[in-house]
Amino acid sequence: MRMMAIVRRVFKQMLRDKRTLALMFLAPLLIMTLMYFLFQNNTTQLASLGVHHVDQSVVNVIDTKNVTIHHYDSSQARKMIKQHDLDGYLTQKNGQLTITYSNSNPTNTSLIKASLQSGLVKLKMKTLVTVTKKQRAALESQQAALKKLTAAQTQATVTKLKTAIAQAQARGDQATAEKLQKQLKQATATTSSSTQSAKATSYTTKSHYIYGSSDSTFFESFLPAFLGFFVFFFVFLISGVSLLNERTTGTLSRLLATPIRRSEIIMGYLIGYGGFAIIQTVLTVVFTITVFKIHLVGSIWLVFLTNLLLALVALTLGIFISTFANSEFQMIQFIPLIVVPQIFFAGLVPVDGMASWLQAIAHIMPLYYGANALTAVVTKGAGLGDIGVNLLILVGFMVVLTMLNIVGMKRYRKV
Amino acid sequence: MATDYVIAKQVSKHFGHQQVLNQIDLTLPAGMIYGLIGPSGAGKTTLIKSILGMEAVDSGTVKVMDTVMPNRAVMAQVGYMAQSDALYETLTARENLTLFGQLMSVPKIKLAQMIDYAAGLVDLTSQLDKRVSGYSGGMKRRLSLAIALIQDPQLLILDEPTVGIDPELRQQIWTELNKLKDTGKSMLVTTHVMDEAERCDYLMLIRHGIALAEGTPAALKQQYAVDTIEQVFLKAGRMQDANDGNR
Repeated sequence: MRMMAIVRRVFKQMLRDKRTLALMFLAPLLIMTLMYFLFQNNTTQLASLGVHHVDQSVVNVIDTKNVTIHHYDSSQARKMIKQHDLDGYLTQKNGQLTITYSNSNPTNTSLIKASLQSGLVKLKMKTLVTVTKKQRAALESQQAALKKLTAAQTQATVTKLKTAIAQAQARGDQATAEKLQKQLKQATATTSSSTQSAKATSYTTKSHYIYGSSDSTFFESFLPAFLGFFVFFFVFLISGVSLLNERTTGTLSRLLATPIRRSEIIMGYLIGYGGFAIIQTVLTVVFTITVFKIHLVGSIWLVFLTNLLLALVALTLGIFISTFANSEFQMIQFIPLIVVPQIFFAGLVPVDGMASWLQAIAHIMPLYYGANALTAVVTKGAGLGDIGVNLLILVGFMVVLTMLNIVGMKRYRKV
Repeated sequence: MATDYVIAKQVSKHFGHQQVLNQIDLTLPAGMIYGLIGPSGAGKTTLIKSILGMEAVDSGTVKVMDTVMPNRAVMAQVGYMAQSDALYETLTARENLTLFGQLMSVPKIKLAQMIDYAAGLVDLTSQLDKRVSGYSGGMKRRLSLAIALIQDPQLLILDEPTVGIDPELRQQIWTELNKLKDTGKSMLVTTHVMDEAERCDYLMLIRHGIALAEGTPAALKQQYAVDTIEQVFLKAGRMQDANDGNR
């Protein structure tokens, strides 16, 4: 009854505050749309490469869709890069190619590096092919000569045999004639043995994707972690600031002058703001699935459940942190300390590859568990059994923080 | 049924090195307006919070309605008006009253009636559905008083109830408080407006956490041989300073 009075109040206050509502519901959609377009077309990156006195055959193979070639009349790479804002400069002296990278943008450096390497490999292959062709031609002419020789030999044998047969028949020696006839047959048979040439096997590839499809983008791998992050961030901020307001305006103290239990206030907050967190999650998830056509492999209900737990952790954390702040400004100061570091451990950088002390830090971050579970569900179709441990840990965070909050309110009332 | 709503005995409290309350005795019987007067920082609010059970005392005991405080259940029988207006500004007055009515366990069927009663008492009936953010300082003070009255409590604890209220309305409020007193309710009121002190049935002067003097306004004036409570206050204060100087 008293708890529901708090829940109703939280709902009324939120619904009156249109700005905060818009922030909570529209800001994630806006940021997500931006990210969608930013990370969707990352293949059109162009690197500019200056060349000077390089063989046309080399230039031709380097000229790919990622590298634009500019010809210059100077061998001073450093100067030309600065002057024309190039990403790289290629010069040639006899057989030696020298490349200078601007390296102000490492992505462009690696683009040039890749096309140069693949270009040179292509070039080597080409020369190899021409050499093979020449060898084959030589081989074929030899074969022809050999054939001619054998043909001539056979012809000789055949005529020899034929005359022998004729002589034998003339002599009336039937047995010898038959034997020679057999030999003649053998001799002619050898010439008709076919010349079979070996044909090179050409390989083709056919790709299969276990998760996602050939047009999976960076955005899709980011998305689950960000779904969790938005909920975490906004709920943390809004619940923290609103409890802080209760404290600074004296309404918290006033609430505690009624027979309400401290736990009823905290639970009222959890239910009230948790409700808005659910709406936010449903909105962002449905938006990404319908508008961006993101392929959700696992169950949408598991996504909602994980996000709800994450929101409740953020809520209790926000309330807890707000007791250390004396103003909204001080509350904002906790964002770079508490919220921003969590995003690094949300799966954008693989945690397995981190130094062991960093991995230890990851394991005290609620978002690490939440984002891991979300990624597993969205991209790999993980079930409740697979992410159960993560969800339990989130529940653990929530329970511990809730207890701390309830005890912490003793500051304002002794019972 | 005990006739004393509040019995505080030897209540002491300190924050850090500062002694805020020093062995205060206070007894508030039914049907009385009890005034606590003293300068800012004298310990009036701390005493009130100790009686409400929001502040733990270092030594001594507080009983409200025969129950040792702090006790959560007893809080439903005490109407409290804080020194600062603790109101939800984005909500309307009616919504604020509804919320606190629910928290004070006012039955649903009685709630609308109680809101009308409390709002009528402080002359806010026509403004009930306006948001508190649009209220003037005096209106907020009156709404705070209405909230204290929402569950029709036997005991009212009012911390500076008439600050920022115009003389006309102050007159009205005191008339109402006296009416409430006649129905057997008691009020513990803090003030530093001396003419208000004159309206109380019984007064306690607090300064530096010490109860300097207490009694009915008339008895106090007689004791200090002066004409007004203001002079009683000044004289008692000077005597306290003189004693401190002699130490």
